[in-house]
Amino acid sequence: MTKHKIKEEQLVYAKWLDWGMKIGLLLLILTFIVYLTGILSPKIPISELPNYWKLKAHQYMASAGLQPGWAWVALITKADFLNFIPIAFLGAVTIFCYIRILPIFLKNKQIAYFIFALIECLILILAASGILHVGGH
Amino acid sequence: MKISCLILLILMLFTVIIVNPVFAENSPSTESSMPWWAWPLILFVVTFILGVLAVLGGVGGGVLFVPIVGGFFPFNMDFVRGAGLFVALAGALAAGPGLLKRGFADLRLAIPLALIASASAIVGAMIGLALPPHIVNIALGTTILMIVAIMLLAKKSEYPEVKKADALSQALRINGIYHEISTGKEIEWKVHRTPQALILFVAIGIMAGMFGLGAGWANVPVLNLLMGAPLKVSVATSKFLLSITDTSAAWIYLNNGAVLPMLVAPSIVGIMLGSVVGVRILAVAKPKIVRYIVIGMLLFAGIRALLKGLGIWK
Repeated sequence: MTKHKIKEEQLVYAKWLDWGMKIGLLLLILTFIVYLTGILSPKIPISELPNYWKLKAHQYMASAGLQPGWAWVALITKADFLNFIPIAFLGAVTIFCYIRILPIFLKNKQIAYFIFALIECLILILAASGILHVGGH
Repeated sequence: MKISCLILLILMLFTVIIVNPVFAENSPSTESSMPWWAWPLILFVVTFILGVLAVLGGVGGGVLFVPIVGGFFPFNMDFVRGAGLFVALAGALAAGPGLLKRGFADLRLAIPLALIASASAIVGAMIGLALPPHIVNIALGTTILMIVAIMLLAKKSEYPEVKKADALSQALRINGIYHEISTGKEIEWKVHRTPQALILFVAIGIMAGMFGLGAGWANVPVLNLLMGAPLKVSVATSKFLLSITDTSAAWIYLNNGAVLPMLVAPSIVGIMLGSVVGVRILAVAKPKIVRYIVIGMLLFAGIRALLKGLGIWK
C-alpha cells in the first residue's frame, strides 16, 4: 500500500507499538541479566525455583508468601520481581497505543471508533487492574 | 535444505526425549540430577528452534510453545500458559508495526474484532486458571488436534470474492487497499459477514485466554474464509490482533501469579532470535516440508496433552 493511503491513526499506532516493543524487550534483557548475575538478590532463591514451578499458580503464591495483583511492585528491589517491570510494560504497550489514538479518532469525528477504542482501553485496564482474581483447585 | 530440516527435527525430538522421562510435571525437583539452570537453558534452546519452525511453518510461536513445553517440561501448565501468552504477545508486538505501516494489517478491521476477543480472553484466562490441570490438558489436547485438522483441511483464498460488503462493515468503513508486490497491483478489499465473525471471535478469545496459545490458527480462517479479507491482510491483521487479545489474557495470568520471569525471559528471547534465523532460512527452505514437520509436532504434542490429561501417559 502506498504510504499516503494509510490512515493517520494506524501510522501513529504503529510508531508507538514499535517504540514500546523495543523498550520492553531491551528492559527485559537487562533485568534478566541482573537476575542471572545476582547483582540484586531475588526474593525466591533461583536454586529453589524447581520447587515452585511445578505448583499451580495459586499454590505457588501461597507457598512463596506472595500476594496477587500489583503487590509485586513492593518487591521490585528483588531481582526476580525487577523482571516484572518489562513484563508489565510489554503488557501495557497496547494500552498506551490505544490511549494515543483516542484523540485522533475524536479529531476526525470517527465517533464509533472512538467509542470502540475507549471501551477497549477500559477492558485492558480492567484486566491489568488486578481486580479480577481467580480461585484455584 | 532437507538435511537442515531433518537436523532441526532430530534436535527437537532429541531434546524432548531426553527431558521427558526424568522430569514429569509432578516429579519433585530433588529427583533431578540437573542443576536449576539446565531447564531455562533447555527452554531457551527449544524456544529458539520453535521460533525457527514457527516462521518456516507459518504458525504463531504460542501455538507450538504451550503444548510442547507443557507436555515435556516440568513446569505447571499455569506458568506455561502464562509464558505462552507473553511469547505470542511479544511476537505480535514485534511484527505489528511493520504490518501496520505497510498496510497489510488493518487497524479498522482489527478494532471491532479485538474488542470482542480481548473481553472474551479475560473470561477464558479466568476459566483456564480455575480449572484443574487434567481438565486443562484434555481440553488443550483436543484443541491442538482440532488445530491440526484445521491446518490440514482448511482452504485458503488469496483474494476471496466479496460481492457486497455487509451493512456493519459499510457503516464502520472496514475496507482498504494494499500494494501487492508480487504483481505490482493495488488490491482493493472489503469484507462481509462481520456479525458472524464477531460471534466467532467470542469463542476465539475464550480459547486464546484459556490455553495461552495465541489464536492465529483461528483468526486467519475467520478473516479470510468467512469475512473475505485477502489472505495477506488476514494473516497480517491476525498477527496484529494477537497483540490486543493476548494483552488482556496476559494481565490476568500476571496478576494471578502465573508468570515466572525465569520462564518468560528465555522463552521470549529464544523465540524471537529463532524467528530472525527462521526468516533468513525461509528464503531457501521448502515451506511445505517444514509445514508438515510442524503439523507432525503439533499432532504429537496434542496427543501427549490429551493422554496426560486422561492419566494414560503421565
